[in-house]
Amino acid sequence: MTSRTFCDKISRSKPGPGDGGNTGSWRVLRPVINLEACIPAKRNKKACFHCWLYCPDSVVSKTIPPVINYAYCKGCGICAEECPADAISMVDEATHTVEEK
Amino acid sequence: MHIIESGNVAAATGVKLARAQVIAAYPITPQTPLTEKLSEFVESGELKAEYIPVESEHSAMAVCIAASSAGTRAFTATSANGLLYMAEQLHWAVGARLPIVMCVANRGIGAPWTVWNDQQDSMSQRDVGWIQIYANDHQQIIDSVIKAFRLAQTVSIPVMVCYDGYILSHTYMPFDQPDQTKVDAFLPPFTSKHFLDPENPGNFNTVTLPDVRPDLEGTLAPGYMEIRHNLHEDLRASIETFVEIDRDFEREFGRGGCPLIEKYQCDDADYIAVCIGSLSYHLRDVIDTMRQRDVKVGVMGVQMYRPFPDKAVAEALVGKKCAIVFEKALSYGNQGTLYADIKSALYTHETKPYVHNYILGLGGREIKTQQLLDALTESCTSPEMIEDTPRWIGLKL
Repeated sequence: MTSRTFCDKISRSKPGPGDGGNTGSWRVLRPVINLEACIPAKRNKKACFHCWLYCPDSVVSKTIPPVINYAYCKGCGICAEECPADAISMVDEATHTVEEK
Repeated sequence: MHIIESGNVAAATGVKLARAQVIAAYPITPQTPLTEKLSEFVESGELKAEYIPVESEHSAMAVCIAASSAGTRAFTATSANGLLYMAEQLHWAVGARLPIVMCVANRGIGAPWTVWNDQQDSMSQRDVGWIQIYANDHQQIIDSVIKAFRLAQTVSIPVMVCYDGYILSHTYMPFDQPDQTKVDAFLPPFTSKHFLDPENPGNFNTVTLPDVRPDLEGTLAPGYMEIRHNLHEDLRASIETFVEIDRDFEREFGRGGCPLIEKYQCDDADYIAVCIGSLSYHLRDVIDTMRQRDVKVGVMGVQMYRPFPDKAVAEALVGKKCAIVFEKALSYGNQGTLYADIKSALYTHETKPYVHNYILGLGGREIKTQQLLDALTESCTSPEMIEDTPRWIGLKL
């Protein structure tokens, strides 16, 4: 039989933050967590983590408090939508940058 | 076991013997009896498969893509506008390297609306990257379906098995139905090289950037061009692989031996008629008549159209006086697609035959034996007099 190894190159990668490049630069709205409302932060318990669970880019850590990796967060807003405590607000990137200055 | 059945049932029986696991199809004339037969097989328990009815051909191929991504043996079938409706998904299936098998009962494309046979539907999809095999009779349909599954899973490229609508799909013919145990030996269960595995999660076919770049582990991942180049090279290598698979099939079942081109009276011929599909068997009658008149003519049916077996084609035609290409499709505004491919295969050879192009049978227009005889006689009598442009047979202007 032909010795060729078929299908040697396909688009396949391990899931994880940054697989699609530095997608943080795509962001228009930045999710900001209010730690006074965030359930795991407020109770100091490993609980809830809806933001971690629903993030399609796996850029939210399952830690107390949850931390968003802004290098890869595209700002889709799913975490803010899913947060049962309404602890995440989507802030305009431009406004945020001005405030930082 | 020999049975007498329609071409569509021959195809369905091949799918059953191949133990397809997921079937998703939308009925369209003249493919409909094939999907009906498959749903009967599934309903009666003769075929242990998931039959997923869908609302369109686009969805049919989408289901096959999903099923094949999960590592199962997936099958669908269509015709004409249905094939075109799934065109976007056809590209996805092959880009994702999924071993799907699909039957196409060839039919003309609307507008104007037609349900009759020509080959414009699958011909218009020849550059997608799917492997295309054309069957000439019912035996070739059932055998090709079984071989197609083996080929698809060997090279990780989807395969279309095409056969003429009505002329083959709806006519009845005796053919041998291979034994299930033999088919099982020829076509063992397989594991895809890449499939959705919860134990080993992965991203498939996400946005691939123009250039190569390291993945998360620092390994250089192929870019779009590398992946596409690999598909092309694998397609070229599939020609030899199909020859090997056909050889295995012949050893097991005692049939086969002409996987790329099928020649009839070609060895001593000066003139060779070339075509795709059932027309090549129709032409055999004409060849026999002309042979009685001492015209050294033969006919060559192209069985595998993509990847194009250019070497086998050139080998069969170089040294002949003339190749006469009969086609039920064309690249509108240019010429017959097969005609262009035949000329391209001959270009680098020093001694080339004249190549003529006849377009016929579009939208089911009857192809009369006398018309074929007249065209071939004219081409054989004065091959140098005929222009390099398609001539239409049976056109009533």
